[in-house]
Amino acid sequence: MEVAMVKIQIDGTIYEVKPGKNLLETCLSLGFDIPYFCFHPSLGSVGACRLCAVKKYANSNDKTGRIVMSCMEPAVDGLIISVKDPEVKAFRASILESLMANHPHDCPVCDEGGECHLQDMTVMTGHNYRRFDFKKRTHKNQNLGPFIHHEMNRCIQCYRCVRFYRDYAGGKDLNVFGSANNVYFGRHEEGTLESEFSGNLAEICPTGVFTDKTLKKHFTRKWDLTNAPSICVHCSVGCNTIASERYGSLRRVVNRYNGDVNGYLLCDRGRFGYEFVNSTKRIKNPQLRQSKESALEVKEVSEIIPKLSEALKSKNIVGFGSPRASLEANFALSKLVGAENFYHGISDKEYHFTKLCLQILTSGAVHSPSLKEVEKANAIFILGEDVTNTAPMLALAIRQATRNKSIEKAEKIGIPKWNDAAVRELAQNIHSPLFIASPYFTKLDELAETTYRATSEDIARLGFAVASYISNDAPSVDNLNIDIQNQAKRIADALKQSKNPLIVIGVQGNEDIAHATANIALALKSIDKKPSLSIALPESNSMGLGIMEGKPFGELKIENDTTLVILENDLYRRVEKSLVDNLLEKCQNIIVLDQLMNETSSKADILIPTGTFAESEGTLVNNEGRAQRYYNVYPAIEPIRESWRWIAELIRIQGKPEGNSWQKFDDVVNSMVVSYPIFSKIKEYLPNADFRMFNEKISRQTMRFSGRTAMNANISVHEQKPPQDADSPLAFSMEGYQGVPPSSLTPFHWAPGWNSNQAANKYMVEPNGELKGGNPGIRLIENTTDQQQSYYKNIPQPFKPRNEGLFIVPVHQIFGSEELSSNGEALSSRIPEPFIKINLKEATRYSIRSNDTVHLTVENIDVLVKVEIDASIPDGVAGLSFNLPGMPFISLPKIGVIKKS
Amino acid sequence: METPLTKYIKPNQAPLDLKEYEKTGGYEGVRKVLKGMLPDDIIGLVKTSNLLGRGGAGFQTGLKWSLVPKEKDVAGVRYLVANADEMEPGTFKDRYLLEGNPHQLIEGMIIASYAIQAEKAYIFMRWAYKKAEVIIKKAIEEAYSAGYLGKNILGSGYNLDLHLHTSAGRYICGEESALLNALEGKRGIPRAKPPFPATSGLFGQPTVVNNVETLSWIPHIIENGSDWFIKLSTSGEGGTKLYGVSGRVKKPGLWELPLGTTIREIIEDYAGGMQDGYQLKGIIPGGASTDFLIASQIDTKMDFASVRAAGSRLGTGTMMILDDKTCPVAFIHNLIKFFAKESCGFCTPCREGLPWVEKVLMKFEEGNATLKDIEILEFHTKYLGPGNTFCAHAPGAMEPLQSGLKYFKDDFLRHINEKHCPWR
Repeated sequence: MEVAMVKIQIDGTIYEVKPGKNLLETCLSLGFDIPYFCFHPSLGSVGACRLCAVKKYANSNDKTGRIVMSCMEPAVDGLIISVKDPEVKAFRASILESLMANHPHDCPVCDEGGECHLQDMTVMTGHNYRRFDFKKRTHKNQNLGPFIHHEMNRCIQCYRCVRFYRDYAGGKDLNVFGSANNVYFGRHEEGTLESEFSGNLAEICPTGVFTDKTLKKHFTRKWDLTNAPSICVHCSVGCNTIASERYGSLRRVVNRYNGDVNGYLLCDRGRFGYEFVNSTKRIKNPQLRQSKESALEVKEVSEIIPKLSEALKSKNIVGFGSPRASLEANFALSKLVGAENFYHGISDKEYHFTKLCLQILTSGAVHSPSLKEVEKANAIFILGEDVTNTAPMLALAIRQATRNKSIEKAEKIGIPKWNDAAVRELAQNIHSPLFIASPYFTKLDELAETTYRATSEDIARLGFAVASYISNDAPSVDNLNIDIQNQAKRIADALKQSKNPLIVIGVQGNEDIAHATANIALALKSIDKKPSLSIALPESNSMGLGIMEGKPFGELKIENDTTLVILENDLYRRVEKSLVDNLLEKCQNIIVLDQLMNETSSKADILIPTGTFAESEGTLVNNEGRAQRYYNVYPAIEPIRESWRWIAELIRIQGKPEGNSWQKFDDVVNSMVVSYPIFSKIKEYLPNADFRMFNEKISRQTMRFSGRTAMNANISVHEQKPPQDADSPLAFSMEGYQGVPPSSLTPFHWAPGWNSNQAANKYMVEPNGELKGGNPGIRLIENTTDQQQSYYKNIPQPFKPRNEGLFIVPVHQIFGSEELSSNGEALSSRIPEPFIKINLKEATRYSIRSNDTVHLTVENIDVLVKVEIDASIPDGVAGLSFNLPGMPFISLPKIGVIKKS
Repeated sequence: METPLTKYIKPNQAPLDLKEYEKTGGYEGVRKVLKGMLPDDIIGLVKTSNLLGRGGAGFQTGLKWSLVPKEKDVAGVRYLVANADEMEPGTFKDRYLLEGNPHQLIEGMIIASYAIQAEKAYIFMRWAYKKAEVIIKKAIEEAYSAGYLGKNILGSGYNLDLHLHTSAGRYICGEESALLNALEGKRGIPRAKPPFPATSGLFGQPTVVNNVETLSWIPHIIENGSDWFIKLSTSGEGGTKLYGVSGRVKKPGLWELPLGTTIREIIEDYAGGMQDGYQLKGIIPGGASTDFLIASQIDTKMDFASVRAAGSRLGTGTMMILDDKTCPVAFIHNLIKFFAKESCGFCTPCREGLPWVEKVLMKFEEGNATLKDIEILEFHTKYLGPGNTFCAHAPGAMEPLQSGLKYFKDDFLRHINEKHCPWR
């Protein structure tokens, strides 16, 4: 949309700027270094800290001007301001003097030091000498759980933490207490922060009040970290991260801004899940089982080659790919085993669901939105998915979208969107319409206009009904009770009236729900709406794997001499144990390439150590269809290698040509785009390894990196040559390009004067806007094909409670239901005990109480679970915590029987 | 001399109940407006009367009401709030009206609510006004049972609910936008303006917040007209004013006098002059957050314009007297201590600056101050000035300090030179 630019005058120079922004955002976009605290690009302005002061002049004759806060002033045409007027500069320094009165002077021992916004702002304003000669105010700290460390004395009361935690992310258990000079930010009592987004406090807080507790365990200054642009591997959203290393261990993960995906934020699974990389369960050496009866033994690479060679000679080779392995690794495996022997390695339910979703997304009726686009939706219908637990950042985006109605209301009476408190005070509890149909309570319910509790069958029926109320051509649903009909009409009306209707489904749903969703999309399209569909898939590359050819589990036939090659996949988390046992028993040779010991890797005959996301490069396709690449943070240490590199080795052993031609990562990519033209966009978009910025590689270390000559001096006083990286345009060194690289190659955010994460703004066209050169990632799925489509007519029968037992539905957990993150030390302490949720009526029927431990039997699988009474669960239904560590996989939904233990 | 507001208030006696109030012509204003005055007629009348807000800022009441958008432009409930959170040090005028003539306030609120078409009204009252709480509660009940409140008031079709809310007790909640936050159950911190409450007030709806004394005027203006009102004052600003005097005068107290009565008249004629042996040294004219005037300015008229011209603010009109036997530094320190404690803690200069100033003043009292501390105080009077802080709290706190430094600089220096407080 074209907007007329406005002219403002800053210190005598006239600038053409976008209207509708506040003056602070405008000045930052123009490159002025105006200091600020309480403003955050994703949170807007409240005018609390008074730091971003500028001089505003009434007209060109006004030589005195008056001090105003740039964050609270709209950039309007004809505005005359000064950012360098001596009085206003002195005022800004005074604000720092005030804040430093009580702030500890112990930067050298503070975790924030070196990436502290307060340090940056202090230097920027020039405040220097201390005049305050009284005692400092002190506070007590709280234990806020395994993720966030709390040091209240460092607080400068900018209120960002509570504004993020409560207003933005909907948290309830962090607040501000007290008043005057005794303002306290914490919980009403010590305890673990409940929000799924608590980790962002470490980045939102401009000082060291809230810091990353996992980093504290192996603390390293920002300037001493070796960093790489990375992609979160813990769900399908594909948030952009910066992963950082020192001394060969991964130290932390922080946000990497992507204006289309995660903005400035991450969820706690994404931020703290990284610890699995340093887990004691890591496979660091090849292991070999001499015979089926013997145990795995650690071997040299050379010792496993003969065995591999023998195993790969088999005529029957079957490969299991993985939704948590990169496109390149999966592709390499399919080359090794042959496309006809390549299996997706996921449950058949998930396989068919993913394929169906892809078909719907490419059918032309519906758009696959980025999170940025999700935030623009103004009517949302969620069918069967608890996105807070399966795609947390999608839930956060939906939360923002529900504010659109209030923002519109505010803008109508001249309150701009960035005037955050004013918008919230005006709008109070007004939300854009959100409708949630799910089997149990979800955290987003508090924002929903209506909620509907039902199993997938009935949720699908509601969806079909909604479609039929939007368009008469869509099949109608018989025998729907009047309440549901009314609800369906209400949803249909809201979607019809919306400019940006959004439908959300996910892995907890099923094909019926996907069909219903497709009908809603088609119906909306028939009345010239442009609906969007967001699908929460389970893993980081579920979509990418879905795009690749491969077979479902169900089609697998095993010959006796089969060699099975399993890529980064614990099959015991995919299908029932008995099936996997049976499969593995039948195979002659089991080759497993993985990072962590798990039930599958422990059954390998040949176990090959592969690099995690931190020691590999690879491309992942997120749920939107956006291909993004992660890069080695540090080189895989032999014999750990990237999966693709190990598979290339296997192919070499096998004697196929790729074995020799795949030397570098780009070689695999080049082969891949030949087999999959759809991926050629990736190659066009992402720079090759030979890409250079002004003839230099992009440095993974900041120019302040210290101790390079000393860090290995206890081993050798000769400084080692930095490892070379032939696979990417990045260098494992502080030598190289330090400026703003292409957005997908940004290893860290830093700019002169901006050592904190707020330096990210220097990489953008405007704060919270697009990154210079465009946001990272290339969309592979566009609904450009305009094929003739028809409505799905297979409406399921309504759910009926069964006499033989309870209908068990999966309850996904942000902490525990994803494999890799569950191996992180801090995160694993947040995993709940396996539980079953039932309502009070069913509990009474089975005479069980809350917290009882009961036996749950589903088909032949028996598990012990703790009972949670949850009034939101429908009669005849129970929710079972899904795929927690230590629990056997159960394909759900299914009928299960509860017995008191 | 007419004293419309306090005519029927008898100290140490129960206030007029509904029947008694009606006998004095009470609720005739409500009958009059509901029988045929248009909301705009009332707003027009109050505008021409030039009733200036009695809470301290002196904003024109009729103008404030006229800023409330019409129903056709903004849908939903409108609110009227009576600001009875009287916590200004030295100020006790609203208390006199709340305890002395509750129905006068309620009648004023009904008319004001009708004028802005509010369906809900609140009295936001200081927690410590326990006696007023009982009195107001009873009066509201009486007004409901007599049909002046509730549905279809006097058969007019106009509905109004009036609630009493007793504050949790913070000075800042007397600031109208902090008051609204507190009334909504949120932290008592001010809101950014714009938007003003007329646009986005209580629960985001158009709202007018008026002081108790201001609202108490409304029935009288309806009854007697704007000319009458304007003529009550000795200047053109209109009306009488509740003036109070505290400090070492012979008869500290509260009087309703024409707006524009001089300080001399108030002190000498009504407060009985200074106590024997005490000299007048300074006057804080309108509550703690106004600049000192000094003895030579005693002939200043106590109206908004004259006090402004003299370098201070009329504020609440309840003055505090500084005498020659009281240390001005301790006097100011006492005020600053209050303001530092009552800062809401939202914006940096106020939250951090006021405690610093308080500590420095303590240093003076302890005899440890140096010339540098004068600089620090002077710095803060500018640093905590209007526009630099989020609301008017800290700038108000600086008014007695900046004028104190101007008029009593020698006294500050004596603390430094003599290394102790000369008054102790």
